[in-house]
Amino acid sequence: MSDVYSPVAGPHTHATAGVGGIMLQVMLALVPATLFGIWLYGWPALNLFVVTLSTCAIAEALSVRIGGRSAAAALGDGSALLTGWLLAMTLPPWAPWWIGVVGGLFAVMVGKQVFGGIGQNLFNPAMLARVVLLIAFPLELTTWIAPQPLTQTGSPGFVEGLAITFTGVTPERLDAVSSATLLGHLKTEIGRGTQLTAALDGWYEPSQAWFGHMAGSFAETSALLILLGGLYLMVRRIIDWQIPAAMLGTLALLASLMHMIAPERYADAGVHLLSGGVMLGAFFIATDPVTSPSTLRGRLLFGAGCGLLVYVIRSFGGYPEGVAFAVLLMNAVTPLIDHYVRPRIYGRDIHGRPRTIASKPKPDAEKPS
Amino acid sequence: MILRLFRIRGGVHPPEHKHPTASRPIEACPLPARLYVPLQQHIGAPAEPVVQVGEKVLKGQLIGHAQGPVSAPVHAPTSGTVTTIAPHAAPHPSGLPVVCVTIEPDGEDRWESAPAETDPFLLTPREIGERVAAAGIVGMGGAAFPSAVKLGAATRTPIHTLIINGGECEPYLTCDDRLMRERAVEVIDGVRIMLHGTQATRALIAIEENKPSAIRELKRAARIDERVMVVRIPALYPMGSEKHMIQTLTGRELPPGRLPADLGLIVHNVATAFAVHRAVRFGRPLISRIVTVGGGALREPRNREVLIGTPIEDLVECCGGFAEEPARLLMGGPMMGQVIPWNAPVVKGTSGVIALTREEIHIGETRACIRCGRCVSACPVGLMPLEMASRIRADQFDGAVDHGLNDCISCGSCAFVCPASIPLVQFFNFAKGELVARKTAQDKSQVLKLMAEQRQARLEREAREKAEAAARKKAEREAAKRAEQEAAARETGT
Amino acid sequence: MYAAIVVLTAMGLSLGFVLGLAARLFRVEADPVAEKIEALMPGSQCGQCGYPGCKPAAEALARGEASVTLCPPGGRALAEELAQLLGVQADLSGVKDAVPMLARVDEDLCIGCLKCLRACPTDAVIGAAKQIHCVLPEACSGCGKCVDVCPTECMQMLPIEPTVRTWRWPKPVLAAA
Repeated sequence: MSDVYSPVAGPHTHATAGVGGIMLQVMLALVPATLFGIWLYGWPALNLFVVTLSTCAIAEALSVRIGGRSAAAALGDGSALLTGWLLAMTLPPWAPWWIGVVGGLFAVMVGKQVFGGIGQNLFNPAMLARVVLLIAFPLELTTWIAPQPLTQTGSPGFVEGLAITFTGVTPERLDAVSSATLLGHLKTEIGRGTQLTAALDGWYEPSQAWFGHMAGSFAETSALLILLGGLYLMVRRIIDWQIPAAMLGTLALLASLMHMIAPERYADAGVHLLSGGVMLGAFFIATDPVTSPSTLRGRLLFGAGCGLLVYVIRSFGGYPEGVAFAVLLMNAVTPLIDHYVRPRIYGRDIHGRPRTIASKPKPDAEKPS
Repeated sequence: MILRLFRIRGGVHPPEHKHPTASRPIEACPLPARLYVPLQQHIGAPAEPVVQVGEKVLKGQLIGHAQGPVSAPVHAPTSGTVTTIAPHAAPHPSGLPVVCVTIEPDGEDRWESAPAETDPFLLTPREIGERVAAAGIVGMGGAAFPSAVKLGAATRTPIHTLIINGGECEPYLTCDDRLMRERAVEVIDGVRIMLHGTQATRALIAIEENKPSAIRELKRAARIDERVMVVRIPALYPMGSEKHMIQTLTGRELPPGRLPADLGLIVHNVATAFAVHRAVRFGRPLISRIVTVGGGALREPRNREVLIGTPIEDLVECCGGFAEEPARLLMGGPMMGQVIPWNAPVVKGTSGVIALTREEIHIGETRACIRCGRCVSACPVGLMPLEMASRIRADQFDGAVDHGLNDCISCGSCAFVCPASIPLVQFFNFAKGELVARKTAQDKSQVLKLMAEQRQARLEREAREKAEAAARKKAEREAAKRAEQEAAARETGT
Repeated sequence: MYAAIVVLTAMGLSLGFVLGLAARLFRVEADPVAEKIEALMPGSQCGQCGYPGCKPAAEALARGEASVTLCPPGGRALAEELAQLLGVQADLSGVKDAVPMLARVDEDLCIGCLKCLRACPTDAVIGAAKQIHCVLPEACSGCGKCVDVCPTECMQMLPIEPTVRTWRWPKPVLAAA
């Protein structure tokens, strides 16, 4: 009965969800899209995935040890693995191994631990690493390949896969498979003055886009599987609907609007929603609890901001895809949102002043009968 | 007739664990070897003892009378001898002692007076208030605010609605549930007495939907008075909080620093209504209450009718003792209850004694906040607990107050849902205490400053007076000298 | 180029003149900051800071000669307020709130010499010559001046014992950051 006497404040019962459990649920929700990505792009994709995740785990353990804390406890919350997982999903699947290593180290050490570890970082570590990689190694980060499903004859075998990832040697017969992403292709073509319909011809098929059978990053192409994962997280109450709904809604609204104004220049909502990293961004990246606002109204604002920025960058910016930049920019204003968008306090008005009481209290109209 | 209910913000659904005690009738508890009756069992000033050590007391006899406007008297729970009036362990998280009157029962349980029934509806509201005050009735939901003070507010502000709180939203606790099921007629009588005492036009008895039998029993008993209405409210923690019960039933919010009476409302617990029935109709003071003795560490969880002052150990003993060593022993429910020392007595505000196992507490190791916002969504007041806690951690109390620390009702919903197991409530308790301590220190410092200034002024005045006195004396001396000289001169002159 | 030099020099001179004039015309006699600081200080003139009283300490603070952490009775709360008033960043991590103490007379040893009574800055000691003295707890600032002058060591500084009413929740101790 020794600890009965020590003052411990309530509550003396707790909900079951823990930090590690939350991270585990998110990873679980990512599994279908990840398996699909590995199947679609073959052994090199799996190699890159393994390299990125292990780098993140090692970087986390190392940083925490340097800080004099227990590595096992830090790894136990699964946040480093999740960071690596999300980063891997946004990389070109046949990128060389060192992209995963540099990205993983940057994400965990600079993106997270420098700020003080989990919960302290201002920016989403995975997106920070991705943007750094994109700027530092533009060639490797924009070399996409057409799908090479594992089950398809001619796709690289296990040894060939190792060679692609670790030596950068692509078998000659596979040289021709590199391809542009839909968004990259559109940017080039529209920039050249091609009409949208012509540019989309043979490139965009909604059903294909839903399933993700196209060139793109490792596992963010299958809109359907990402959506399913996201819905799972909502059902399990790991994420709220506010950020995904606001982000996708804003993007769809803007795309439809601009498509109506100039149908041959601006792609419609379908193209925007089903291509690139929007789905992954809306359900898995922007919803990162650490770097998004903590109030529901703040999250609506945050999601809408992400949607707006994605559209602006895609349509008017220099890069074909803007999810990472949009999320990072909104991360930067999250503290501001949290400062200004607060819930109304009971008994007070929205400005925090006590509510006034009507002069004469009177009973409600209803009378018990 | 259906009353329109209003939604409250946030809230949580902790596992109820009410079944083990809800299905069994209330049982009495054997007379313990000693009763420790604290002189302070309520909010306000402690009672002043009116008995001597060695004195024989009878059941229901006054042993401590109320002091000041907010206080409550204390009565002997049984007949016996006062053995000591000394500090004894209190049911308080600090484990510090308070002054208790220790009574050794003589086993006769002899009342001070024979029972005499009066018709409460022939009394004036003022007389009802006086009887409630004399019976030492305090809020029995846990806050222990003297009930007569609340009833007395009705004489200053008109009250239109009496709200009877039968929410019992805390897990494990079923004492109000059992009371309503077994003594519905008495509860309704108490409610009607309070209606008469406040001159309110209606009474709303709010009961959570997870207590269908209690709702049924009370509805049946309430048929005799059309002003009394039983309302089924959603089962959601912290529905039993006064502020949230008012919001649920009326849609109105209580601004900070205001009382329900300002809205024409008054809120009392069902157990208080029962105590009022006993006190006003039969002239019996509050000397016992129903306590839920529960928790996974207990062998036979039960609702017991217990004399005030019964040591927790005796209470646990009469419920079969512990099946395993409890990880925490609580007074009240697991959400807002407090850890208490094991030899503390049952007091008027004790709704439950809960012995929890480690598995039931289910608290993980505290981790860093991941800003998931679950606490923000769960807060029934609309605060941002994570922001408040991060500021308190850095000792930035002003920042925490700016985020609404003073509006926090300590319900624990935030800490309940926190996936990082951060002791949010303790952070807020600490900061609230620190703010009070600072205010006290500041007040004292003001007093001391004034005293130092007065002393300084006095010293200066004394110095000045001394100097003046010295100067006067000198002047007198000189005048005398001069006079002497003049006299001498005159003498020589003549 | 010469024009620029001339103009700039002239500007510099005239502005300097105006500044000098303003300094003379709007000179502030007393130091308002020192007064503000003094208002914040405990005011019991206990002298624990090393200055003869609160006013000299406030003046030293205003001149920047003393640290905002100089006042033990004010504790951390005062240090924070002073740092805010003076606009300085102070490292308050080392400032622990001193345990509040109260003076108490050991009645077996007191000889009724009146020395403590005269030394007390807040008149918290009551008593008469050859009578046992007594400390009024609500008036005692805990400065300890009486202990220094007591010839029989009967004055003791004792920490205030918490009661159920004055007990406060401790700050939660978190293991990992």
